[in-house]
Amino acid sequence: MKPIDMNHVQENLDYFIDKQVYVHLETTNGAYASHLNKKAYNVGAYIRNAQVSFNQAKIVKDGNIHRVGLKLEMGWIYAEGLTDWEMTEDNKLLLAGHDREGRLMVALELSETPFNY
Amino acid sequence: MEKHVVVIYPHPDDESFGAAGTITQFRKQGVPVTYLCGTLGEMGRNMGMPPFANRETLPEIRREELVNACNVLDVDLKMLGYRDKTIEYEDRAEVASHLKGMLEEIEPSLVITHYPDYAVHPDHNALGSAAVEAVRLMDVRKRPVVWAQAISNNYEADIGKPEITNDISDYFDTKMGAIRAHSSQASGILRQFEPEEQNIDEDIKRRFSTEEFFIWEFRD
Repeated sequence: MKPIDMNHVQENLDYFIDKQVYVHLETTNGAYASHLNKKAYNVGAYIRNAQVSFNQAKIVKDGNIHRVGLKLEMGWIYAEGLTDWEMTEDNKLLLAGHDREGRLMVALELSETPFNY
Repeated sequence: MEKHVVVIYPHPDDESFGAAGTITQFRKQGVPVTYLCGTLGEMGRNMGMPPFANRETLPEIRREELVNACNVLDVDLKMLGYRDKTIEYEDRAEVASHLKGMLEEIEPSLVITHYPDYAVHPDHNALGSAAVEAVRLMDVRKRPVVWAQAISNNYEADIGKPEITNDISDYFDTKMGAIRAHSSQASGILRQFEPEEQNIDEDIKRRFSTEEFFIWEFRD
């Protein structure tokens, strides 16, 4: 993956507008968060291959990180903390946020075909 | 001497961090070891530093690392095909029956797995629990012994000290070789133990030179 380029990501987000799109969205601080630090809580959420359609998509920059919001017909999807992106050869838009140690904090991915189980 | 040892853990690298020294010890005695690996660690957070994996390429990368680590450890590898972080949501009886079928075929004398409820990661607890259940369901005369590994911070207060403490210093280099075969995970995990760079090797040696197991008691 490479550091987010706003224009390129926006173009690729636009590509998915008004299509049936498979979404992968996750955020996590790891299964060992409270094992390694008593004061921490384990937190995570994960959706894979949910099928949605959105009519607006926007990337926003805030300091070092980015947010992406998708407006669905009857709701919203957004992800915060994104740092890197990639458009794969098979047209999957991958967005991810990595911490200083390169660990994944958040991921938002869009595809017209299902993600591998 | 053991006839055949089966190791059951959910993630590529659990075998290396958890039992690589013990596995090597058995292999040096000529005991066959089979690793039943639950998932491909598809949801891992460590993507290499700097990141070279992404969420979609990680499973294949970790599959390759797993094969490499198993070559270092000289064990037979079987992948169970579950998905990372979802084993606790699977039907426990189904997973246990899946494992039971494999154990009946391999006929091990010893099974090594995680100690249910004291193994920190939900996948560890769920697969450990399914493994114990699988053995419990086996014909009493054919049941292998079960060694269960507890790693939570609180286990000693609840379940005491493990019966087996294996000093694996003699196999430490093989263990580190197996750990480092998991390149996308290894450095990230090793780093979190000891943030001060100069102490990292000593700290890891202290932490990883002993492997401990409880002997599971079946009460039925």
